Amino acid sequence: MALDTVVARREFLRVTGLVGGGLLLGTWLDFGTNGVLEAAEVHDAAGEFMPNAFIRIAPDGAVTIMAKNPEVGQGIKTMLPMLIAEELDVDWESIRIEQAMSDPAKYGTQVAGGSTATPTNWEPLRRAGAAGRQMLVSAAAAAWGVPAAECTTASGVVHHRASNRQMTYGQLSTSAAALTAPDLATVTLKKPGDFKIIGRAIGGVDNHKVVTGQPLFGIDVTVPGMLHATFVKCPVFGGVATSANLDEIKALPGVRNAFIVAAGGTALNGLLSGVAILADTFWAAKSARTTLRVTWNDGATASQSSAAFSAKAKELHAQAPQRSLRAAGDVTAAFASAAKTVEANYEYPFIAHATLEPQNCTAHYKDNTIEIWAPTQNPQSGRVLVAKTLNIAEKDVAIHITRSGGGFGRRLNNDYMVEAAMISKIAGVPVKMLWTREDDIQHDFYRPGGFHKLKGAVDASGRLVAWQNHFVSFSNNGTDFVPSANMDGQEFPTLAVPNHSIGVSTMPLGVPTGFLRAPGSNALAYVMESFIDELAHAARKDPVQFRLDLLASLPAEAPRGTIVASRMKGVLELVAAKSGWGTRRLPKGTGIGVATYFSHRGYFAEVVEASVSKAGVVKVNKVWVAGDVGSQIINPSGAINQVQGSVIDGIGEALLQEITIVGGRTTQSNFNDFPLIRLTQTPQIEVHFRTTEYPPTGMGEPALPPVVPALCNAIFAATGKRIRSLPLSKHDLRWA
Amino acid sequence: MPVTFTVNGTSRTVDVPADMPLLWVLRDVLDLKGSKFGCGIGQCGACTVHLNGSPVRSCQMPAAALQGQKITTIEGLSPDGTHALQKAWEALDVPQCGYCQAGQLMSAAALLAKTPKPTDAQIDSAMNGNLCRCATYTRIREGIHRAAGTFRATTEAGGSR
Repeated sequence: MALDTVVARREFLRVTGLVGGGLLLGTWLDFGTNGVLEAAEVHDAAGEFMPNAFIRIAPDGAVTIMAKNPEVGQGIKTMLPMLIAEELDVDWESIRIEQAMSDPAKYGTQVAGGSTATPTNWEPLRRAGAAGRQMLVSAAAAAWGVPAAECTTASGVVHHRASNRQMTYGQLSTSAAALTAPDLATVTLKKPGDFKIIGRAIGGVDNHKVVTGQPLFGIDVTVPGMLHATFVKCPVFGGVATSANLDEIKALPGVRNAFIVAAGGTALNGLLSGVAILADTFWAAKSARTTLRVTWNDGATASQSSAAFSAKAKELHAQAPQRSLRAAGDVTAAFASAAKTVEANYEYPFIAHATLEPQNCTAHYKDNTIEIWAPTQNPQSGRVLVAKTLNIAEKDVAIHITRSGGGFGRRLNNDYMVEAAMISKIAGVPVKMLWTREDDIQHDFYRPGGFHKLKGAVDASGRLVAWQNHFVSFSNNGTDFVPSANMDGQEFPTLAVPNHSIGVSTMPLGVPTGFLRAPGSNALAYVMESFIDELAHAARKDPVQFRLDLLASLPAEAPRGTIVASRMKGVLELVAAKSGWGTRRLPKGTGIGVATYFSHRGYFAEVVEASVSKAGVVKVNKVWVAGDVGSQIINPSGAINQVQGSVIDGIGEALLQEITIVGGRTTQSNFNDFPLIRLTQTPQIEVHFRTTEYPPTGMGEPALPPVVPALCNAIFAATGKRIRSLPLSKHDLRWA
Repeated sequence: MPVTFTVNGTSRTVDVPADMPLLWVLRDVLDLKGSKFGCGIGQCGACTVHLNGSPVRSCQMPAAALQGQKITTIEGLSPDGTHALQKAWEALDVPQCGYCQAGQLMSAAALLAKTPKPTDAQIDSAMNGNLCRCATYTRIREGIHRAAGTFRATTEAGGSR
């Protein structure tokens, strides 16, 4: 345990370094100065107490807590304020929570991505709450002429028990506002045993608005005088509009304007060329598209296709890798002397995000400034893009963060934001631009496909002695992978195998790619954990035991970014126990599979029980999940929601999803040909958390990756058929 | 064309193109933003409303078919958000992003109106047309059972803490 604690501290500092970036939260994490408080308003004209940017207490006792990050369904608008409210010591039910606008100078990083909000805010936001509490206590102590140490707080009230006196936070707001804010590094935090809010299952703060249909989302924004816009881009990625029947379009009923928008550069995540149609209603704008005729210059990507990618991958796999990512020992000798060698090629397709709320943005450009309402996961990168593309100052881009109808990484790109911004600038009116579902499926930043040629070997005792992978991926300059198409040389189980060789070859790609929930991991877990299963069977070892043996072979000191063996061992043993691994008899056609994966600082082990009918139809019966995200599950209700959602999402990807490129364009267009998983396909899911000494980490992603290989391994157990490509819907799984 | 129909108990007259789907009449003309646009082809169920008590996809219903009809949207499911399903959804913390939930609730409400104690199979049949991209399906099922008074935990949450 001592070692674990040491690693935990290092991991924590690494997280700090990653995201601090000189912003306010970095300052907090360094425990250096009280820069945040210096930057914050301590007293405002309304007489409210504002110890920092996140808390406002009015003289009438009303407590407002700011939710700084974009809410995309991950529950962050509830969870981050819980941290503040806990240390401020107010009742959860008594507070008001307000969504912050994009203002990194005030709030620090405001991104919904990478499951980073928990590790980066766990301590800073509690300190923000504790600082407010400390000032209120100081104000009360001064008023009563007693030592602050004799005062206690509870439910928004400061007490001096010895003299039986008390004052509410509201009564103290004016005097507290006159005090100097404390150094955040010095404030005292509660002991975990004293938590009243952290650790409680708390429902989403906007649930009532959601279930009563109140406007919340980007698509619900209305601005006086706005027009509804649709934006038609070239079906071939990066293609350019050269002409269109704009006069005919402008004469259509309800249509108010139509024009060609020039590309803002060459970046696929910037402003692309297209035709904007503005109308009184979305329906009028969309209807006009049936009359629209555009002449496109398709550009170079028109020659690219999924079939060509596969053919090129085959060609590259027949050669030596273009470059090595990592090598150790002597794989050639190890393969020559091994008891058993297994070779297999794995591949996975491009897939789309398909957030249920299609991309949209409302923008109002006026006199070199712009106001934007956007469902975005990354408002600041949108601000930079809009300012650069519209040639205005970043300070003149105001961004309201609306709730997003799903994110999954899609809204880390702000292409729709810059489109709405430019359309508003050109048209000179406020504009709400909304994509159709077809626009969304055909203009995504896809999870890239990938191709792996694997070879592994075990010795006579069943130990994995050699591991080789030739990964074929995408790069447009031969060195930098396109977004989300990367792999490093430390992917498990590489470091546990004495002889290994990890190489990579790449081909160019004109299709936009990006981050899909657990990016990289959602594909790599499938490949690595499926092939580990193949090797376990080759070694005639139980797949759980084979993995435990691999974990025991990892170096004692985990290199940066790789797994801490004891944590993975813990969740693997837990899920094996909970699922009755190795103890249950299953009927023919039913099998169980296991997989583990470390991503986004979280450790997850999952067991899937699946049945395959004689007709080849897969049914996932049950999934057992064991996760380790550190010392504290902050909001158990939200945490279980994220685990269940991740597991079902991963099953949907594995069963159903594929994007196919033909002629440089996406062939799928809507949920009829890019299906999402449905209620009837949803298994029972049992979730267990193992708490460990480590600081808490994020829940939005790490439960997804292992379910894909666990399902494929269950199908092997049920049918004897190895799933070496996805989706499952393409495989003939009939048996009799 | 002018069309008169009832929305959430109030008679409304709109002058819109005959082919304009009810979804856009509700959202862009009547400013009822609760019904959501997800696919436009009747595949996702986010736009589900009640037509004379039965669930329909409002993106597939043209204005021309609305004359004299009674429409209920999520805004009219209950006067103050206290329909048993709405209460169950809040109690079980069903929503994640929440975008699909108006459609889910309207499909579920139509089910319970006809089948007060639905079985899992009846829930599957009634709800399979409603996509939830966040995959809150487990709690959707539980929420319907809870509202119907047939609640039983179908998932287990625990931990070795």
